[in-house]
Amino acid sequence: MKRIFLWLTLVSISVATKAQESFPVNGVRDIRSGLYAFTNATIVQNSTTKIEKGTLLIKQGKIIAVGATVAVPAEAVVVDCNGKFIYPSFVDAFTDYGVAAAKRPAGGFNYGAPAQFISNKPGAYNWNQAIRPEINAYEIFATDETTASGYRANGFGTVFTHVKDGIARGTGAVVTLATADAHQSLIKTKAAAVYSFEKGSSTQSYPSSLMGSIALLRQTYLDAKWYQTKPVTEGTNLSLEAFNATQSVPQIFAADDKWSTLRANRIGAEFGVQYILKGGDNGYQRIDELAKTKASYILGIDFPVALDVEDANDARFVSLADMKHWELAPTNPAAFEKAGISFSISAADMKDGKQFLANLRKAVQYGLSETKALEALTKTPAQQVGVYDQVGSLELGKLANFLITTESIFNSNAKIIENWIQGNKYEVNAAEWNNYAGKYNLTINNGGTKTAYTVEIKKDLSANIIGTDTLAAKIAVNESLVKISFPEKKGRGAESIRLSGVITSGVWNGFGTDTKGGKLTWSANLVAPAAAAVEEKKATESIKLISKVSFPFVGLGNETIPQQETILIKNATVWTNEKEGNIQNTDVLLKAGKIAKIGKGLSEAGARVIDGTGKYLSPGIIDEHSHIAALSINEGAQSTTAEVRVGDNMNPEDINIYRQLSGGVTSSHILHGSANTIGGQTQLIKLRWGTTDEGLKFAGADPFIKFALGENVKRTTSANNNRFPDTRMGVEEVLTDAFDKAVDYQKAMKANPTTTRRDLELDALSEIMNKKRFITCHSYVQSEITYAMRAIEKFKQQGYDFNINTFTHILDGYKVADKMKLHGASAATFSDWFAYKTEVIDAIAYNAAIMHNVGVNTVINSDDAEMARRLNQEAGKIVKYGGVSEEDAFKMVTLNAAKALHVDNKVGSIKVGKDADVVLWTENPLSIYAKSLYTIVDGTVYFDREKDAERSKQITAERTKLIQKMLGDKKAGMPTRPAMPSTQILLECGDHEHNEGLNTIYETQKN
Amino acid sequence: MQKKFLSIFALALLGLTTSAQDNVYPAAPQRGIIVITNTTVHIGNGTTLTNASVAFENGKIIGVGNMAMPAGAKVIDGAGKHIYPGLILPTSDLGLKEISAGVRGSNDHTEIGENNANIRSIVAYNTDSKIIGVLRENGILLAGVAPEGELIEGQASVVQLDAWNYEDAAYKMDNGLYITMPSFMVRRGGRAAFMRPGPGNDPIKAAMEKLETIKTFFTDAKAYYQEKTHAANNLKFEAVRGLFDGKQKLFVRANEVKQMLLAMDLAKSFGFKLVIVGGTEAYQIADLLAENNVPVILDRQHSLPTMEDDDVDQPYKTPAVLQKAGVLFCLNDTHDQSRFRNLAFNAGTAATYGLTKEQALSAVTLNAAKILGIEDKAGTIETGKDANLLIVNGDLLDMRSSVIAQAFIQGRNVSLDNKGKQLYERYKHKYQLK
Repeated sequence: MKRIFLWLTLVSISVATKAQESFPVNGVRDIRSGLYAFTNATIVQNSTTKIEKGTLLIKQGKIIAVGATVAVPAEAVVVDCNGKFIYPSFVDAFTDYGVAAAKRPAGGFNYGAPAQFISNKPGAYNWNQAIRPEINAYEIFATDETTASGYRANGFGTVFTHVKDGIARGTGAVVTLATADAHQSLIKTKAAAVYSFEKGSSTQSYPSSLMGSIALLRQTYLDAKWYQTKPVTEGTNLSLEAFNATQSVPQIFAADDKWSTLRANRIGAEFGVQYILKGGDNGYQRIDELAKTKASYILGIDFPVALDVEDANDARFVSLADMKHWELAPTNPAAFEKAGISFSISAADMKDGKQFLANLRKAVQYGLSETKALEALTKTPAQQVGVYDQVGSLELGKLANFLITTESIFNSNAKIIENWIQGNKYEVNAAEWNNYAGKYNLTINNGGTKTAYTVEIKKDLSANIIGTDTLAAKIAVNESLVKISFPEKKGRGAESIRLSGVITSGVWNGFGTDTKGGKLTWSANLVAPAAAAVEEKKATESIKLISKVSFPFVGLGNETIPQQETILIKNATVWTNEKEGNIQNTDVLLKAGKIAKIGKGLSEAGARVIDGTGKYLSPGIIDEHSHIAALSINEGAQSTTAEVRVGDNMNPEDINIYRQLSGGVTSSHILHGSANTIGGQTQLIKLRWGTTDEGLKFAGADPFIKFALGENVKRTTSANNNRFPDTRMGVEEVLTDAFDKAVDYQKAMKANPTTTRRDLELDALSEIMNKKRFITCHSYVQSEITYAMRAIEKFKQQGYDFNINTFTHILDGYKVADKMKLHGASAATFSDWFAYKTEVIDAIAYNAAIMHNVGVNTVINSDDAEMARRLNQEAGKIVKYGGVSEEDAFKMVTLNAAKALHVDNKVGSIKVGKDADVVLWTENPLSIYAKSLYTIVDGTVYFDREKDAERSKQITAERTKLIQKMLGDKKAGMPTRPAMPSTQILLECGDHEHNEGLNTIYETQKN
Repeated sequence: MQKKFLSIFALALLGLTTSAQDNVYPAAPQRGIIVITNTTVHIGNGTTLTNASVAFENGKIIGVGNMAMPAGAKVIDGAGKHIYPGLILPTSDLGLKEISAGVRGSNDHTEIGENNANIRSIVAYNTDSKIIGVLRENGILLAGVAPEGELIEGQASVVQLDAWNYEDAAYKMDNGLYITMPSFMVRRGGRAAFMRPGPGNDPIKAAMEKLETIKTFFTDAKAYYQEKTHAANNLKFEAVRGLFDGKQKLFVRANEVKQMLLAMDLAKSFGFKLVIVGGTEAYQIADLLAENNVPVILDRQHSLPTMEDDDVDQPYKTPAVLQKAGVLFCLNDTHDQSRFRNLAFNAGTAATYGLTKEQALSAVTLNAAKILGIEDKAGTIETGKDANLLIVNGDLLDMRSSVIAQAFIQGRNVSLDNKGKQLYERYKHKYQLK
């Protein structure tokens, strides 16, 4: 929960210019016109119009005139702003000011805890507690002087505020930061509706993952549409009613991260909504993709501060990506400007509110134009939340929300003196009104003896008193009161003369005491004011950046995304996986992403030639079972979650993509976890290092879905499971019930296509039954393998002839290999796992060999980010355990996986016309001594062992430079924070332990 | 090839229950002389002999190389085979943990409490564990077995993997005390979320306090030994006398540089013989470890790199870094799903990434013997040592050919049968496979 840290500011509220007419008055009426004229100011009317020596006239909280030649009415209170700047007060389009902050329940999904299935919110609301469109910020808004003063000190006058809680958060209101009277502050009620991926304070188990949040929101859009048909079965659903009612106002999606904004935008595209996207500070890393959304953005500028990397050990655990982001984050707003993206700037993310203006100036220093910066703080946010007719510029009829500053707000020493909101004066740095700097004559009258001094006062009130000696004086000014003290003479232990008095129009006078306690009077007057501050030079050209954006944005990313090439591999031993078998001294030509030619003595003009002499060329490894490259894996809150899609939350920046390329993997099947009987939809990807989340996807592949059986779905390790099923008997019925329901659903859809509620879960189940989606099923023991097949085969009687496409884990598969073969299932298993849970006590390393020999299409997979780098060796073990031939063993990690995934027409063997997904190995690919030299996907070299070694050296050099730069920040006294290790988070399916790295942690979801 | 796996026991007992290995018997003591002839011998110390013989009598090796055939010797033709020393798994919970998830009753590896200096892994070592037979099948003949715990974990022992009971199994009892060095790393999120820094939750301070607990324990133990009479007997102090008189080693689980440096400091200040267990980041301070003669048991080779910026193969390359710096190290295998069986392949990986094959072999034989304090009787194929050896059809370190034909522990021809192989036979029978 980010919030503004407040610091002490002098706040005084001037007379309220309006009374609430409907309210009774206790006492005597005191109504004033609130007519003020601010004269001689440099008025920045909007981001492009500046008036020198201008006048701003306001009355009853509104602007009644602004310009260079405004007649000042005699009855106006005149405020001389000579030398000062006036700006429209800023607008923040994303705060939770004045609405109660929601508390988040601690932690994510707890695998072992009892589940809460239905919302516990009383009333006729949505089944899911995270869907709260009925919440309206305006109904609970109350002014809050502490928070408001923090925003005001940063120049804000108006904010959009909403309850930051839930996936559908309801509407927010626009309020000013005047705090005397909520009636006046609230200027727009249902200004915008807000959405996010976070379930917030909801205690309900579902959703427990990012992909679950996405599925829930998508289902809510469908439900709301269906609700418009007034379904009798639903009764009154106030949440859906509110959801429909709030579609007409601007829709804001709080996404923060660069990929999240793209994810949100895709949901918007699906349901015809153009969201305003609340982004974070890393959009510059994928600015081209962000520009393509055509969305307007809200950007935070809470740039990371330098890490304290003095301790070499601490520095060791900070990733290059974190260091680079520290350096580049201030370029984020400039990147948006350069890309022509509309955006506003919000202070709502600031952990330390005091840094807001400093960060704003930093953004300007790093390339953001002042014009754009001002627009992003005024016009754009006002437009985003529909209040540009009221605020966001200094124009006739708009609210009198403006700042008086000492100089251009972008100057590093500029101070906001006052922030006027709706005609109310809020002092921010009132002392800055008066610049006391200058030379004064001071006369002290001590019982008739007058002593004259010259006083030189600087802007910060440090001063020298020059008489016989030059003495340092202490001066303090509070409004019109002044205190001066200075030592009688030079040297240690000198006693002080203390003066106290009042400042009246340039003349200072008062009384005091001398060092002996004697009374005296004094006066001082200005002789010569100090020279005006020189307009500072902007130092944009002085910013030298060490870092460059890389794709992906991690140390081992590339500054340019690797491109497809024409490649001729000469004279290699080629393991084709085709009837030709393993052929020696053979050339393979890769062209336009495909395998173009296989033969001897090939040549191709312009091709990059790789000498394969003594090397082995094989098809790329396909990992049938992986959990890398995603942001969440398990939506474990319900027994059936067919609606969730792993593909909704891909993470193309997972370092394990690259690590697995180094082990010859070219495609991975990213499975949902095994927390429930019917898990989520899976995603087949190609390991295109540097691409986008969508770019990872294996185009044209059949979609799959994860099922699971056994100990995990019946929550064996939980001592207090309350989720059905708790036994294998129950698991079987969950399967039957799900498809039974899907049969009825399909009938209803056919009969009443417009009024039947579209259900994403049943859609997926229907796809399975109609062979448009295929099952990959986690399983262990022979009983469950058998009943799963039978449960599905039953539906043949109703005309649904589908099957379990692949059994994964399947360590008992050897016991029922004959039945699996008859059913037509593939088996994707581990080579030598055993004895890690009760259901694998009969697991044997000869499992794959038996299934293969019985005739089951057998695959060896990883389910483990580390082992995936050595899948070739895992296949090699099938030679050791059971004596399968080398060719057949290698197919278990290539062609057989392709068959199981229905992509054997595209990948899995070296055959003309297939995708150019190949690996060049140093040795026989089944050998432990084999290393991948090149891993090529679609004819693009994504891993090159020589280049990898070079890149490692570059990383060291870049890290060293950035560490030095961070140390420089620390030395310069800039803020730093303790170095936090850049932890690698790996997702697991919840089945077993993994061989983790020292700095790796496992979670069900990345935060 | 499959035929070689067949054991007479499996053939005899097909169709019986497969829930136990009650039909796999520990071998009887060796009587007489066995000579393996005409073979390639990988000594374990970096050298190999070709066309050589290995002779052993009553459990001890009596000759290696070219020798006259002893009278009455039983001859095994080793042509085309490779003879390796039996592999030594340096540290494990073998026999203490059978099924980790969901079966609490089968777990005896982690005791309650901060200081369990006196608990002994050997007494809970279950010789009937179904894991053991699988390890023999994969060439592992000796294993270090250590308790786990919060801080001072207890006494480890070395066992041989063909025994009726733990007293039979004991190869070197109570050879060292295990402690776990607290982590000095700030972490966020995930399983270690409780270590997130916050008020009163400074991981470095917490770790230093725990370290102080360890130091105080040893300081007090030293004082206790000076007492003429004790007010009360202290089992924990009594248990660590061996550390002070050099009969035991101090095994410290440490992966971070800070942990290792503090372990070195701890051992130095009490004059203990130190072994680092884990050593993920050992390559960062290889020179220091070598200078101070600190040996390392590298725990997880098949592991992901520590940082995303690290060389993708760093864990694989770490053994070569230690070898080059002159650190005495051995390799371990802790993968929780394959249960130590891939020890040989951890060595194979080290050979792929910088060690010679014979150096890699030493890392799972002689070096482990030295670190565990059993090099006088195990770790190499040399005259006078126990006949712990393997007859392998090919390269032990490469899965393509790592099939073990026979294994001997103290000269006993041990069974390579196990439950997995029996189930294999059972279902080959069902499907009528060859």
